[in-house]
Amino acid sequence: MPKKLYVLTVILLTAAASATQAASKLNVMTSTQDLAALAREVGGELVNVDSIAMGYQDPHFVEPKPSFLLKLQKADLLVVVGLQLEIGWLPPLITQSRNARIQVGGSGYLDISQYCQILEIPTGQVTRAMGDVHPLGNPHYWLDPENGRRIAKELAAKFSEMQPGNAAVFAQRYAGFDNRLSAAEKVWEDKMAPYRGRKVITYHRSWPNFCERFGLQVVDYVEPKPGIPPTPSHTLDVINTMKREGIKLILVEPYFDLRAPNKIAQDVGGQVAVLLPSVGGVKQVTDYFQLFDYDISLLVSLFSKAK
Amino acid sequence: MRVFMLAAAVAALSAVQLPAQDTAELLNRMKAMEDRIKALEVKVQTLKAQQQLPAVSAAAPTAPAAPTPAPTPPAAPAEVAAQGPPAGAPLTLGGAGPAAAKVLNPDISVIGDFVGAAGNGANRGIPALEMHESEVGFQEVIDPYARADFFLTFGEQGVSLEEGYLTFTALPAGLQLRVGKMRAAFGKVNTMHNHVLPWTDRPLVNQDLVSGEDGIDDAGFSLSRILPAPKGIFLEGTAQVFRGDTDGVFRADQRSHVSTVEHLRFYRDITESTNIDLGGSFARGRSPWAGAWNQLYGADATLRWKPLRRSIYHSFVGRSELIWARTALAPAQTGTAGLNPPIITPFGFYVSGDYQFARRWFLGARLDRSQRGNCLPTNPPTTTSCNLSLGPLALVQDTGGSLLLTYWPSEFSQIRGQLRRTRYGEGLTANEFLIQFLFSMGAHGAHPF
Repeated sequence: MPKKLYVLTVILLTAAASATQAASKLNVMTSTQDLAALAREVGGELVNVDSIAMGYQDPHFVEPKPSFLLKLQKADLLVVVGLQLEIGWLPPLITQSRNARIQVGGSGYLDISQYCQILEIPTGQVTRAMGDVHPLGNPHYWLDPENGRRIAKELAAKFSEMQPGNAAVFAQRYAGFDNRLSAAEKVWEDKMAPYRGRKVITYHRSWPNFCERFGLQVVDYVEPKPGIPPTPSHTLDVINTMKREGIKLILVEPYFDLRAPNKIAQDVGGQVAVLLPSVGGVKQVTDYFQLFDYDISLLVSLFSKAK
Repeated sequence: MRVFMLAAAVAALSAVQLPAQDTAELLNRMKAMEDRIKALEVKVQTLKAQQQLPAVSAAAPTAPAAPTPAPTPPAAPAEVAAQGPPAGAPLTLGGAGPAAAKVLNPDISVIGDFVGAAGNGANRGIPALEMHESEVGFQEVIDPYARADFFLTFGEQGVSLEEGYLTFTALPAGLQLRVGKMRAAFGKVNTMHNHVLPWTDRPLVNQDLVSGEDGIDDAGFSLSRILPAPKGIFLEGTAQVFRGDTDGVFRADQRSHVSTVEHLRFYRDITESTNIDLGGSFARGRSPWAGAWNQLYGADATLRWKPLRRSIYHSFVGRSELIWARTALAPAQTGTAGLNPPIITPFGFYVSGDYQFARRWFLGARLDRSQRGNCLPTNPPTTTSCNLSLGPLALVQDTGGSLLLTYWPSEFSQIRGQLRRTRYGEGLTANEFLIQFLFSMGAHGAHPF
């Protein structure tokens, strides 16, 4: 009997310890899979991370499903891209989450854009005549590894603030991430070095940070204005521009229709590349490093063939 | 040393000569210098304020209450150029600049809804051309515990408060409380503003039994909670108490005549692209026609399909609502004697589907059927007099069908055409073509879903 009692006590204590450990994990929700990937890098096993928008869907247009509320309700921290990327779908989710922590201005709400370098901030008057313009700047800033580093650093700081007892672990994980990113950046830059200055066309304004970092020059867009579908006259303009400037490559996000880009590429004898703007854009790209590995390998492959 | 002595001598001589000079001129020059110093001080303050502005302006619109300033201010030159005070302008906000005063203003939006109609409208006609509604929204966080949303509607007849409520977002136990005037959580269509409807009008069942466009929209409290449910199921319960006034549905002659609405919502993702949303509703309020209580029962179902990879190009939403009413009529009105008022129980429903076949194009269809009490009011009003020969307890039935085509030039405007055929209970048939232009300005936050 004492032996049975001992075994039972051990089992109960183990279960209690597991439950405590699980309960002590930070529940982190992110608006995109990119932020989730970076949160996993610095949070490791100490955080539960989930995201709302999938990497292969247009992050501007996400259906605010009630099932997201179930996740947001339990979140300790909500990390958002900001710059109005999620303005069409995230605010009602936050309001209806019944979670005071993640309300705007709450201790668990983190707009990570404030720590990053933002490009394409409109100057002068901003109107909707300019299309679906982001008045606070281009929100696709995570596509510069330097911004990825800044995001990771701030996430580590936030996790440490929320769990001071694990601050050393978060700092260590961030340092590890920083080292690996530095090494990877060198590889990516070396691969792209021969192609610096190459001119490209992109579908949407998703790539300013990426192109600036890796030396690509975006000459025009398949969309006549942000968020406005291609028109025949603008398509003709793009074709003429590509012919005039000898541009052969059109970069398209995985959620856009390929008909207009294919038509343009056909007319100019160029190519269309489906480049990933986000982690999760294809099944095998599951972390921040793989995102750049995939995109840069694809670009290098296309540029090298186009010599 | 000699230079120093010379300078001292000149100074002494000047001092001696001072009284001989025009004192007024000297004072003027000193005054001018003083003014220049003041102007320079203002310029220094202005430059300091401009250096401080970027952090405020960059963080404020998306995170007004974010306590930490941006360490790498992203918006510096452009934002300053756009929002900074003109050089030399006096500062009024302790160095933050006048533009900082706008940071805490609510999000303001205006949505225009223009409707044109052609054809025979029978006995529920609408004008040929009408600026049907202009909705002005003010939305903002009030404090760490609540946010407020106001929607004023300007019609051609006047202004009304469509909704104006405070939402407490920080309550314990997963509760959410709303206080103010709001659309009741009865079914789906009743909760929707005009500009989010997939049609130019409201289904016949809402027109006949739930006060049409106005709907159950009253002042009161709303308490909702996400209820425990098996994994993957979203279950939400809502209980609401209102003053009890809804045109043609409920009327409160006394304070105790409050109306209540209860709603239970079940939601589940079937696949990544498909989900189902089911609801049951109950409303109770004092009858406008008798000293008794009216009841409304509703069931709603929504099936959504939106493939994530092509979500901006293709989607489908199927909807249906069924509504039963239990309406008490006045004995005198019906010519019946007795203590218990006579009751009628009309029933109605609609079924609709909307398919997005291109990025900007949607095709839709709707079938309507609804009973209503003979001689009871509808919204929009039924203009022909009722058939007295049927008797006031009789139910008449309206049926209809619509085909719709919607084009979105951008996210901020819609053009919708609707072919509508309606057979009214009075025996009249309406064949109409309706066209609607919807357009929005400003930051109109998404409505609750």
